[in-house]
Amino acid sequence: MVKSVMIVGVGGQGSLLASKLLGRLLTEEKYDVKVSEVHGMSQRGGSVVTYVKFGEKVYSPIVDLGEADYIVSFEKLEAARYAPYLKKGGRIIVNTQQIDPMPVITGAAQYPSDVLERLAAEGIEVDAVDALALAEKAGSAKTVNIVLMGRLARCFSIPPEKWLAAIEATVAPKFVEWNRSAFRLGYEA
Amino acid sequence: MKKLLIGNEALARGFYEGGIGLVSSYPGTPSTEITECLAEYRDIASEWAPNEKVATEVAFGASLGGKRSVCAMKHVGLNVAADPVFTMSYTGVNAGMVLCVADDPAMHSSQNEQDSRHYAIAAKLPMLEPADSGEAYAFARASFALSERFDTLVMMRMCTRIAHSQSIVEIGEREEAPARPYTKDPKKYIMMPAYAKARHPVVEARTAALTEYAEDCPFNRVEKGTDRSLGIITSGTCYQYTKEVFGDRVPVLKLGMVNPLPPKMIRDFAASVDRLVVIEELDGVIETFCRTLGLAVEGKSLFSPIGEYSQAVIARAFGLPEKEYVPALSELPGRPPMMCAGCPHRGMYYVLAKNKVTVLGDIGCYTLGAQPPLNAVDSVLCMGASVSGLHGFNRVGGSETEKKTVAVIGDSTFMHSGVTGLIDIAYNGTNSTVIILDNSITGMTGHQQNPTTGLDIHGDPAGKIDLEALCHAIGIRRVRVVDPYDLAACDAALKEELAAEEPSVIISRRPCVLLKNVKKNPPLAADADKCRGCRSCMQLGCPAISFKGKKAVIDATLCVGCGVCRQKCAFDAIG
Repeated sequence: MVKSVMIVGVGGQGSLLASKLLGRLLTEEKYDVKVSEVHGMSQRGGSVVTYVKFGEKVYSPIVDLGEADYIVSFEKLEAARYAPYLKKGGRIIVNTQQIDPMPVITGAAQYPSDVLERLAAEGIEVDAVDALALAEKAGSAKTVNIVLMGRLARCFSIPPEKWLAAIEATVAPKFVEWNRSAFRLGYEA
Repeated sequence: MKKLLIGNEALARGFYEGGIGLVSSYPGTPSTEITECLAEYRDIASEWAPNEKVATEVAFGASLGGKRSVCAMKHVGLNVAADPVFTMSYTGVNAGMVLCVADDPAMHSSQNEQDSRHYAIAAKLPMLEPADSGEAYAFARASFALSERFDTLVMMRMCTRIAHSQSIVEIGEREEAPARPYTKDPKKYIMMPAYAKARHPVVEARTAALTEYAEDCPFNRVEKGTDRSLGIITSGTCYQYTKEVFGDRVPVLKLGMVNPLPPKMIRDFAASVDRLVVIEELDGVIETFCRTLGLAVEGKSLFSPIGEYSQAVIARAFGLPEKEYVPALSELPGRPPMMCAGCPHRGMYYVLAKNKVTVLGDIGCYTLGAQPPLNAVDSVLCMGASVSGLHGFNRVGGSETEKKTVAVIGDSTFMHSGVTGLIDIAYNGTNSTVIILDNSITGMTGHQQNPTTGLDIHGDPAGKIDLEALCHAIGIRRVRVVDPYDLAACDAALKEELAAEEPSVIISRRPCVLLKNVKKNPPLAADADKCRGCRSCMQLGCPAISFKGKKAVIDATLCVGCGVCRQKCAFDAIG
């Protein structure tokens, strides 16, 4: 049985670190793991997608339409953009932050006001969390990614101590405390 | 020890353990990390070269000198390196040499979707293609020995999904490869007609020997399966999608060596199944080979030569049920990549757009100047084409176009292949205006050093090419430097150089704002009382500025205080 997590967001939000953390944790849990990311052009404020898949044996590194058990979205609009990748009965964990893309900034398009409601109306389980506020409470706005990992951890049977150990092994030593509290705030919120 | 590695890092580890002595490359997504990861091993020589041709020749020289070597590039980089590659097929190697080439199906970060396998066929070189990080590691480790055994350059084909996907690798220890002494051998290494004629039969014999080897090599295997009504030939990332759909049911001929292909192995496999299908991204290379063997085969009749495949693409082609999903919500605005807040390219692009100048563009972050609202670029072809293209444009357009057309090219791209175009301008004499967008780094691929930065791949001091002196030496007398944060200075420089009756170079110089050592200014704020809502600042396309109601608002978390918008504001509302 292979499980899939899709991490989506805006270039520069730290989704690569989140996938690195998840990859490390799942490897230590003795799963076969594949993590797929795209570098380059997409980093410049564009839409960014990372796939994490784990199970006894993982073949394809990518997550296709209708396959993700969980989508962790760092931004509201991106949650809506990738919702078709969610498996029936899957869950979207979404940071309620709004980051305007260039077509909205220039006035060529409108930022949809009701994306989360529309997703819920489609029967999708939406776990909305103000990760930015929690990250700031933890000590740094840059820990949004770890707040969301804390939220995701509630869906897994892996105990929080193991997540915290993986965080310690993944982030720079001077940021460990902020990230530990970010994880706890996400997990407990 | 087990590690989760991206394909590129796994290649680097394999090459390291396989006894590499030198790597020379030019960065290019999705190949860059091969060289970056090798550079972490300080006991080998690692370098960024000015371009892929130079990198390949440096690696050739290292091989000739007796050390195992690697060069790595993206697919279009191989076009630049093709010259030494084709003739290296004739010379062969001394110590083993491997050329890594990373294709980018779906063009995540590229300007075309070319299939590098055609190069291996055309140059008559063996090509390996791993299907995950474990194979990338193992193939890399084995590739030097293959190169030395058959006296040939070996090509290693990657694609975005293998290069940038992490999977688990069991790594080992480095084995030192003793240097192979260089001995003078003119008939092998001097490719003038008399000697090259004698080498071509060697190449053909080598291909025959490699074909024999391919029939029974560790890179190719048959997975027997249980249901012989269908058999699939595949390689690389398509193998993973195939297994995801069919598991162990369907027989699979998994090719890890994609050139030369093993005719007997393919024939035997075809004979063992009722229906033969080739699953390969981009062109039908393996399929075409099967047809030359006279086999009944399907491939591109089921699958597109365009873009990436996936498990769903394969399921669909075989009429298998697809996963249920919620359809996409309507009317979602796109999120294209854009120039960062404080990007030094923005000011110059704004001035170009304002002056309605025709802009021949080039490859790099600054290609994003083509996006709305700046829309400041007219053409982008390949590395360096802005400069030489401008010369041709002006050669036929005369003073009519010379007065309103420029080339824009980054510092790294100028070093790569813009400088030869500038030599053409100086030599053949058009009054062309070339703008070098010097942000002191190779930006788009993730901040690699280049010959203009004065630092080497490790960030240690290195030779520094003086752009002004170089342009002068070429014969360009009008060379001037402007700060792209100063709109008035950019405007004046542009107008004067376009009007000049001789070729000129404007160096638009300011380091990339994402560089760690670049000092950011405090964020600016828009004064709602002074803002008249004229939207003049919005013409810059800065992600930090947006409109709330009828007033401009600056996002303090993004703004780096570059001050370009302040120069645009006629009402002194930004400060």
